[in-house]
Parts: sequence; structure tokens; C-alpha cells
Amino acid sequence: MKKILVVCGNGLGSSMIVEMNVNAALKDMGKEAEVSHTDLTTAKTEQADLYLGSEDIVESLEDGKKKVVKLKNLMDKNELREALENNL
Amino acid sequence: MIDLIMNDILGTPAILVGLFALIGLLVQRKNSGDVVSGTLKTILGFVILGAGAGVLVQSLDKFSGMFNEAFSVGGVIPNNEAIVALAQESFGTETAMIMLFGMIVNILLARFTPFKYIFLTGHHTMFMACMIAVILKTGGLSGVSMVIIGSIILGSLMVLFPAMLQPYTRKVTGSDDFAIGHFGSIGYFVSAAVGKMVGKGSKSTEEIKVPKSLGFLRDTSVSVSLTMVILFFIVAGFAGSSYIESELSGGQNFLVFAFMQGLTFAAGVYIILAGVRMLLGEIVPAFKGIADKVVPNAKPALDCPAVFPFASNAVIIGFLSSFVAGLICMAFLPLLGLKVIVPGLVPHFFTGAAAGVFGNATGGRKGAIIGSMANGVMISFLPALLLPVLGSLGFEGTTFGDTDFGVVGIVLGNLIRLIQSNILVVLVILGILALLFWIGWKSKANDNKNNTEAA
Repeated sequence: MKKILVVCGNGLGSSMIVEMNVNAALKDMGKEAEVSHTDLTTAKTEQADLYLGSEDIVESLEDGKKKVVKLKNLMDKNELREALENNL
Repeated sequence: MIDLIMNDILGTPAILVGLFALIGLLVQRKNSGDVVSGTLKTILGFVILGAGAGVLVQSLDKFSGMFNEAFSVGGVIPNNEAIVALAQESFGTETAMIMLFGMIVNILLARFTPFKYIFLTGHHTMFMACMIAVILKTGGLSGVSMVIIGSIILGSLMVLFPAMLQPYTRKVTGSDDFAIGHFGSIGYFVSAAVGKMVGKGSKSTEEIKVPKSLGFLRDTSVSVSLTMVILFFIVAGFAGSSYIESELSGGQNFLVFAFMQGLTFAAGVYIILAGVRMLLGEIVPAFKGIADKVVPNAKPALDCPAVFPFASNAVIIGFLSSFVAGLICMAFLPLLGLKVIVPGLVPHFFTGAAAGVFGNATGGRKGAIIGSMANGVMISFLPALLLPVLGSLGFEGTTFGDTDFGVVGIVLGNLIRLIQSNILVVLVILGILALLFWIGWKSKANDNKNNTEAA
């Protein structure tokens, strides 16, 4: 199963809400994945198949190996769904 | 047997929150694996929270000692995570109870009143539950009646604050899709109001070029480490090497000691954050799941970074303005006989940034700068004024940071102090809440009328 990690500054509020949105979108698309959320520092060392977060935050995760998707508006469900469709 | 259930099982907050998660998971009909792992992780989160508090308090003690020696006044670091973690030892059960029943009150209010907000920022729900528990218990309330009145207060705040902010949130986001559920709302509200007053004709912040290099401060552990190391260095410099090396560090060089203590504080916060994340990982989705089923047209009230994408320059400008205001206030606090609130990068970043976004929406650049400075002043003075009502917890060297904790805590604490009879206190509190709902309901009706007229 693929693992999706949602990242925000504190790893508490926004990333948890996006995680719930990701779960809803996956259900809609009929796909399954393991989804969790965390803060930026932890994300740097945690393995995942896809990293999601707002542009200014996940930029610093890019190391050429990780698959990082930068979202312009974290709360936009359409943008999120598009990102999931293109990357899973 | 009853004693075992009431005192040992339900009286252990970690097990109590584990039970809440268990019920939430069962209601959602999760499979047995998810139920077991979710329940255990919730309890584990609570244990981790306590462990983080243990690490943090070592460093906090040293900081207070140095600060006193250096400036002969008390210095306090506002940090919600820290004070909540420290409070769990004495107020854990009450916090957990008020949090759970507060969420239920939130769902009921959203179901049966025009206030359709579901407050999804779980850590703030927990922090507010904790503060209400501390103040009510310190004020002499206890038992079932305390949990009931505490839950009514919490549940009401969970819809009132998003409702208060909603006209401005609409202006920021250009839609009515979501609300802001974050207990810094009064700061954002004032910032937007100030922006409206001063910002006539001022251009939007989004038309200026702002360097993105401050983005690394969004990483909480980096910004906490950085602030705390700098703070410890400054305070250690004033306290002097002889005092630190003889009294605190056991002979270790005072600068090395200060560096390590700063990072110890940051490590404590990091552990607590990980604990809170685990603790809420099952409870918040269960809360949302139940709310979605019970409340038609529920509007999610989200954490403050939800507005950041709508004005990314205002985020940086707001943070800097708020922080500068915090630094200036530091000099004024002791003159008024208050403890010194040391400005933290984290509260100023999150609430200052959001205040900047709201200020920009109503008053452009001027609004963003002056509005978030107003926020910075509030998060310097309110925490200092809050300390006396926190009882024994007010002496731990840390306090709640964001504006709403300050306002709610000061009002609640002083009501209890001034009015002797507990029944009267409860009635006054209910009266104030009813008044706020009435104001909210009335301005909402006005708002709708204006909208139809405009259309």
C-alpha cells in the first residue's frame, strides 16, 4: 500500500484537516493508501511515497529523491484531488 | 469495584481519553485492528505528553532562575503546549471531560442553532478545555457541575469565535466555504477592525516583493530552538557566569549550559507536540465524522494557517510586525508591575501572520502592519494579566499565549473571584453566553439582509 504524508509547520492543525480531506478524496476515487500527518522536522526523516503540503513548507523537503507535491491552496479540495490523481 | 472504576480507571486521564477514542472508533464501525491501534495510540500520546512536560520543566526552571537573577523580575514564556502538558498532572481528568462534552455541546449547537460551525482545531479545543478546567477548579467548582458548565462554555466558544470572525474570513477567502477555528480570533478580529480604520486606500501587501527566506521559521522545532537559544544567551549574559556556574550548571561553562538548556526546551516542546498529535489522531476525525452525519450544512472551522495562502506576503509582514510589538511591550510590562512576557517566535508567527492576513483584507499594507502590531500588543499583555487567575499553575514560568485564552481566562477568573456564590457565577456565565449568542444571531440576521439587498 502507498503511503501519503501530509506536512505542516506544527503537524497538528492544518495537516490533520488535509489528511481527512485526502481520505475522503481517496474514498471517492476508489483508491486505498495509508495516510498520516506530521511536522516538517519529522517529515524530513520519515519515509513516504508522496509528501503533500503548502508550497512554502514542503519546498524544503525536496532532495531529488522524495516525491513532493506543493499545493497552492491547502484547503482547495479540487487541487488536492488533482494532485492525488496525477501522483498515485 | 466502584472505587476502582471511578478513581483508578476514569481518574487516570490517559485511560479516559483512550476510552473516548475507543467509543469514537466503535461508533465509526472501524475494523478491530484500527480500534486496537487507535485506542492504544491515543493513550500513548497522553503518556508522551507527560514525558515532554518533564523535559521542558527542567529547562523552564533554569530559565526562571537566570531571569530573576538577571533582571530581578519574573520572566514568563507563553507556550500553550507547555502549560497544558504541565497542567495534566493535576487537571487531566477535568480537561479530558470538558474537552469531550465541549465537543458534544459544539455539535448540538451546530445542529439546533444557526451557528453551523464545527471547530476542528483539536489541539486548541484541548488547550481551552484545560484552561477552563484550571480556572473553574482554582475558583472552587468541582465534580459534575464543573464539567457541565465547563463544557457549555467550551462548546459555546467553539461556535462563537468562528462566527464573530466570519464576516472578515469571507473577505479574506472570497467564499463562505470554511471558517477559522483558532483561539487567536480576538487578535484577528481587532487586526481586521484596525485595518478598516487606518487602511483607507492602502495597497494590498500582495503587490510588494517580500523575500521568502523567512519561510524556515514555519518549521516549529527550528524556530523554537532558535528563539530559546538566543533568549538563553541573552539572559545568561545578564545573569553572569559566576552565578550560573556556581548555582545552576555545576561548573559547566555558562554559554555552553545556556545553549543546551535552550535546546532542551525545544526538545520538550517537540515531544509534547508529538504526544498531542498522537492523542488527537483518532479523536478529531471521529468528531468530524459524527458532526458530518448529525449536522446538515456544517461549516468546518479550521486552524489559522488555512488563510495563509490567500495573502502570503501579509504572513511575513504580519509576523514581523507582531514580533516587534512584542519586543517593545517587554520593556513596558515591568513598569506596570506585571511579569515580563518573553515574546516567542511561535505564537507571534502563527497569530501574527493570521492577523496580518486579516488586516490586509480590510486595510492593505497599513492594515496588515498596524493590525498585527495590535495583535502583538495583545499577546504580550493578556498572558501577563492571565497569570494571577491560574492559581498555582501561574507560577510555573509559562502561560497560555493566544488572545482568546487571555480574554476568556481573565473574564472567567475574575468573575469567580468577585462573586462569592458559585450558583451566581454559573448564572452570570450563562447570561454572558446568552448575550453573545443574541448579538451573534442579530448581526447575522443583519448580514443576511444586507446580502439580499445587495443582490
